[in-house]
Amino acid sequence: MSNAETLLDVSGLTKHFPIKGGFPISRTVGAVRAVDGLDFQVREGESLGLVGESGCGKSTTGRLITRLLEPTGGKVVYRGQDITHAGRKALAPIRSEIQMIFQDPYASLNPRQTVGKIIAGPMEINDINPAGGRENRVRELLEIVGLSPEHFNRFPHEFSGGQRQRIGVARALALEPKLIVADEPVSALDVSIQAQVVNLLQKVQQELGIAFVFIAHDLAVVRHFSQRVAVMYLGKIMEIADRDDLYDNPRHPYTRALLSAVPEATVEDTPRERIRLVGDVPSPINPPSGCRFRTRCWKATEKCASEAPPLVQVEGNKAGHLTACHYPETDDVPSPRLTKSPRAAA
Amino acid sequence: MTPPTPSAAAPLEVTDESVVKSPTPTTNQGSESRSPGRLAWKRFKRDRAGVISACIVLFFFVIALAAPLIAKLYGKDPYTTYASQRPELLDAFSYPAGPNGGMSSEFWFGIEPQLGRDVFTFLLYGIRTSLGIAVAATLLTALLGIVIGITAGYLGGKTDYFVGRVIDILLSFPSTLFFIAFMPVIYGLFVAPDENIPTWLRAISLIIVLAGFGWASLARLLRGQVLGLREREFVEAAKVTGASPRRIVFKELLPNLWTPIIIQSTLMLPAFVTAEAGLAFLGVGMIDPTPDWGVMIQRGAQFYTEDITFMLFPGLSMVLFVLAFNLLGDSVRDALDPKSKR
Repeated sequence: MSNAETLLDVSGLTKHFPIKGGFPISRTVGAVRAVDGLDFQVREGESLGLVGESGCGKSTTGRLITRLLEPTGGKVVYRGQDITHAGRKALAPIRSEIQMIFQDPYASLNPRQTVGKIIAGPMEINDINPAGGRENRVRELLEIVGLSPEHFNRFPHEFSGGQRQRIGVARALALEPKLIVADEPVSALDVSIQAQVVNLLQKVQQELGIAFVFIAHDLAVVRHFSQRVAVMYLGKIMEIADRDDLYDNPRHPYTRALLSAVPEATVEDTPRERIRLVGDVPSPINPPSGCRFRTRCWKATEKCASEAPPLVQVEGNKAGHLTACHYPETDDVPSPRLTKSPRAAA
Repeated sequence: MTPPTPSAAAPLEVTDESVVKSPTPTTNQGSESRSPGRLAWKRFKRDRAGVISACIVLFFFVIALAAPLIAKLYGKDPYTTYASQRPELLDAFSYPAGPNGGMSSEFWFGIEPQLGRDVFTFLLYGIRTSLGIAVAATLLTALLGIVIGITAGYLGGKTDYFVGRVIDILLSFPSTLFFIAFMPVIYGLFVAPDENIPTWLRAISLIIVLAGFGWASLARLLRGQVLGLREREFVEAAKVTGASPRRIVFKELLPNLWTPIIIQSTLMLPAFVTAEAGLAFLGVGMIDPTPDWGVMIQRGAQFYTEDITFMLFPGLSMVLFVLAFNLLGDSVRDALDPKSKR
């Protein structure tokens, strides 16, 4: 499908968080199906954007890939090596290749360590001794992320949110990873700072050729940053496609609804149609049967309730554009209707 | 023995006004960095009550450490019964002959009724014994509390549940009663009932009993802190880079726990001093002729109707020490955890 080598291959990935209850002996009474059967690949040097509403399992996916969480089912294969259930020792050589950037720059840096220590930490753990010493490497990294090397001996509380996130980026780069999972790296930042950090990440991606799994709920940021985009809803991928393909030709109703909600900077004479999704995301404890989106979809039929649509290349899609829908949108039919409220399927 | 728990310290959110104006770091290149500890020290130095009580506490520790030296310069010791060599020191009823409990240029704090020992050196050595036991008990308690609390918090699950119930049970014991009940048990472990109990064994038993019942509150506090900290993203960041649990505990968690540990310990130490004195007063801790704060107060209680001076010195000095140490504990908490300020 592509010329670049597949770096990360995720198939059927699931994560169910058990719900304990019962008295007097507690037992598992249910499960939060945070991630429920994901399939996607990340190629070398490519950035995959992962978008979706709050609570749809984006962050859980990120933590499953970095193996901070133990998958309930499915497979995570990194460069041909199955790391789904690998222990700490078995993961050790891969740890340096998959790194993570966190959402909250205030919680992701240890307040008791200097910046130098924070960035040198990963090298210390993995016993990496770069030429010229770790301290020099740290200074170099600080420069790469746009901070002064003089900041070496400072503590995190002396920095602003954006600067802290840069430190987080420097820490992730310290091990020269091949893949970085960025879990909403800019959503905690000021809008003006967001652009700086996104540009920094883009620079890093292009210059160092690092693959990214970029988790965000901001479609504009993802469009700016990612070559391929996956849209998640309730623990499943609804649609995955190349960036332009997805943004220009969304085939899944949910994708279309999401895109229609992106605010526009220019005001046109004829206001763009907006799809208003009614209600909330259903509970992942008891997700709808069949298609997960059917309770909020204006196209839902009996078939959607009984049969879960597979993630396939539907008719009229380009190669690599996969959609999980029985009734994919087409360009010629202006399907989003404001007048007609989405009907709530039982 | 459950001192007021300090607030679950959000580890050093800095609300110091001198720092607010600092986010222009590039301008003062190479200047000293403000570590959280340095900031706390700066705040502490501004707290007058804290500095004064720190000086008082320090003074007590210095005289306790230097007791043999001071006694040597002073020329007396706490064991000699001076009245047996010089009967004129005590009157017919075995009370000090001189005014104010026999205070004179020779015996600065007077002499003890009946046996006629020197009060000044007796008090010095008493402080030495009491503080020694309290410090050792505090260190042991802190060690137990840290190890058990962090283990329970970090491992979670069944370990946490089990440790939690043990702590519940320990905290529900009436501790003073159990001190009294357990001291003979520990003596019995080491010494046959008809033998004499050596002083070192008394001290060690006291330390064991105080620590054995004291670790629970610290462990519970730290467990809660660790539960909060281990979900923080910096711990996850360390895990992603492949850090071992050992490294996470010692390098990531522990540095963030020093604040509650130091605060709890500074509140624990004076509580141990009073507890130790209380046990000595009740006759289960240190006993005469070992010089000890509690022993002195116990002796003083026998004579206070006739000779209040003998009771006055150990009583006042202990009140002063405990008060100063508690104030110091408060100031340390304010300095380390500025958000808890009223």
